[in-house]
Amino acid sequence: MRILIIEDDAALRDGLRVGLSLAGFTTDAIETCDEANAVLIGHSFDAIVLDLMLPDGSGLDILKALRERGDKIPVLLLTARDSVADRINGLDRGADDYLGKPFDLDEVAARLRALIRRAEGRSQSVLQWQNVTVELSSRNVEKDGVPIRLSRREFSILRALMSHPGAVLSKTQLEDKLYGWQEEVESNAVEVHIHHLRQKLGAEMIQTIRGAGYRLGGES
Amino acid sequence: MRSISTRLFVILLITTGLVWLSAVAWIFVSTRAEIERVLDARLMEAGRMVNSLIVSQEIDVATAHRPEASGLVHLPSTYERQLSCQIWSLQGTLIGRSDGAPDAKLSDHGDGFSETLIDGETWRVFAIENAKLGVRVLVGDNMRIRDRLVSDVIRGLLLPALLILPVLGGLIWLSIRRGLAPLGRIAGNLAARPASDLSPLDGADAAREIEPVLRSLNGLFARVAGLRERERNFTAFAAHELRTPIAGLKTQAQVALASDDPAIRNQALRQIVSGVDRTGRLVRQLLDMSSLEATEQTAPASPVNPAAILRALGDELPRGEKGLSITVGPDLETIRLAMDPDFFRLAARNLLENAANHSLPGGTITCDLATRGDAVIVTIKDEGPGIPEDELHRVRERFFRGRNRAPVGSGLGLAIVELALERAGCSLELRNDADGGVCAGIVAPQVLVRQVDAPVTPFQGGSWTGRG
Repeated sequence: MRILIIEDDAALRDGLRVGLSLAGFTTDAIETCDEANAVLIGHSFDAIVLDLMLPDGSGLDILKALRERGDKIPVLLLTARDSVADRINGLDRGADDYLGKPFDLDEVAARLRALIRRAEGRSQSVLQWQNVTVELSSRNVEKDGVPIRLSRREFSILRALMSHPGAVLSKTQLEDKLYGWQEEVESNAVEVHIHHLRQKLGAEMIQTIRGAGYRLGGES
Repeated sequence: MRSISTRLFVILLITTGLVWLSAVAWIFVSTRAEIERVLDARLMEAGRMVNSLIVSQEIDVATAHRPEASGLVHLPSTYERQLSCQIWSLQGTLIGRSDGAPDAKLSDHGDGFSETLIDGETWRVFAIENAKLGVRVLVGDNMRIRDRLVSDVIRGLLLPALLILPVLGGLIWLSIRRGLAPLGRIAGNLAARPASDLSPLDGADAAREIEPVLRSLNGLFARVAGLRERERNFTAFAAHELRTPIAGLKTQAQVALASDDPAIRNQALRQIVSGVDRTGRLVRQLLDMSSLEATEQTAPASPVNPAAILRALGDELPRGEKGLSITVGPDLETIRLAMDPDFFRLAARNLLENAANHSLPGGTITCDLATRGDAVIVTIKDEGPGIPEDELHRVRERFFRGRNRAPVGSGLGLAIVELALERAGCSLELRNDADGGVCAGIVAPQVLVRQVDAPVTPFQGGSWTGRG
């Protein structure tokens, strides 16, 4: 799950970036409206954490531009102003959720998971494919009731594939889910992670569609 | 006497009583004089009447000594026998006297009025000498009766007064109570107010005498309400502005707790340390701002030596790893500014901090003096990236942080500088220097400036260079 953090306070931005990546998200962080408007054209983020007051404008302007483009990406507003009127204003302008500062890092992560889950049209925080179960909040994976240990990247790939059962995800799409901008991507990284996943969950779990990408194998 | 009504009551009662008493005294004196005049006239008339009766033989001088023969009328009243009459021969024998007249001779005088003491009583006597008949007619008035007449008149005046006085007192008391009722209403109104109610008192129906008090009270209310409003705004502002750095601290602390990776933990802890520094500075600036806003009047101006303050501030400035140097121009030593030193220190410290925060490593901050028309300008110039031109008009806004922001900035510094200089009667000037960097100027009008002689040996090399 790739998250864009738009926050102007350096310590908070860095804390969210590192903290949310510890919670299993792939995170990128920027600090101005200008950067946000550039990055958010044709992006591949699953959710946005947005601060209201930015040096060159309001987060609400970013939100407005997003919704005008028809972008339905979940947006969690973070702000120091959290009177009822502010919250109503933020939600009415297209935000999906609202957190007043100071907040709890775990709560931000939980709210982001809930937002993404709702955006993907699921009501459960558990993904199921054949005999494999993925618990999103605790990141536990089980096959036939037996716990399987996955690395962070492997979990991210499995989660992306299981969120869109039947859909084919390209190698680039998977890379986008896995790596922030600052991270170096090895050219064969996705192949290596898929290989490990097949070893742990069985070769038939993930199919390679030649020239297109990967999808879950078999029927649900 | 603390109570206005008691004081008014006593004053009114005493003055009314005094007026009454002096009226009584005046009536007493004038009544007495009048009675004296009227009774003397009657005495004279009675004497002449008796004399004329003797002349016309209607009173037989020979038989007149019998009391029954007295021709005087007896009045049935307390003033009975007021007049006494004696007829003496010129040889000194009593020829006749009226009923009740004393035996002793009423007067030894010849013609006219006199007073005689007989048997302890004073008599007012009128004498007529009739030389032709060889008699002297004496008509006398007992003074005791005259005095009783006067005292009866005065008693007639005083008795009702004694009855009226308590009634008058009651009326005065009631009038005072009614007259002071508006004061009582205002006091009740004020006493019933909750502490938060600083709305002006309604003075529409207030008495003219109370209006100035009401006006002053309402003025005070307005000032207190303004001050409280500013404080409330400030508190809200401060609380709001502290939430972001606190959120940052909490998030970094949670990162440090959640991560097993020493690199991540150390990074988070370092962020916490610098975050606490930043928050501490923000709190200090908020307090500066609040104390500036709460200052209604500036302290008496005293001469400020800008060079000394800038040098001291330069020494305190944490220049960290940047290796900055600060130079203070010798011209600054030649002036003194008449303003509160605290205001200058506050403005200069924030300008120096801004300059240091925006300086590139190894840069120089230059403090110098410029003169322009009717003002002198203390300039503080850095070698940083400057302020984008489109942000120049906004940088003095509170909490505004532009694109070229320093990581430790709060957006309050220039607002504080402007407020402090405004309070000191100066102004702030900001511009981008031609060769890069920001040049901030403390503009002091000439009236605040005094020239002094520069020290004999100012500084080595012409300018002072701080440690850095």
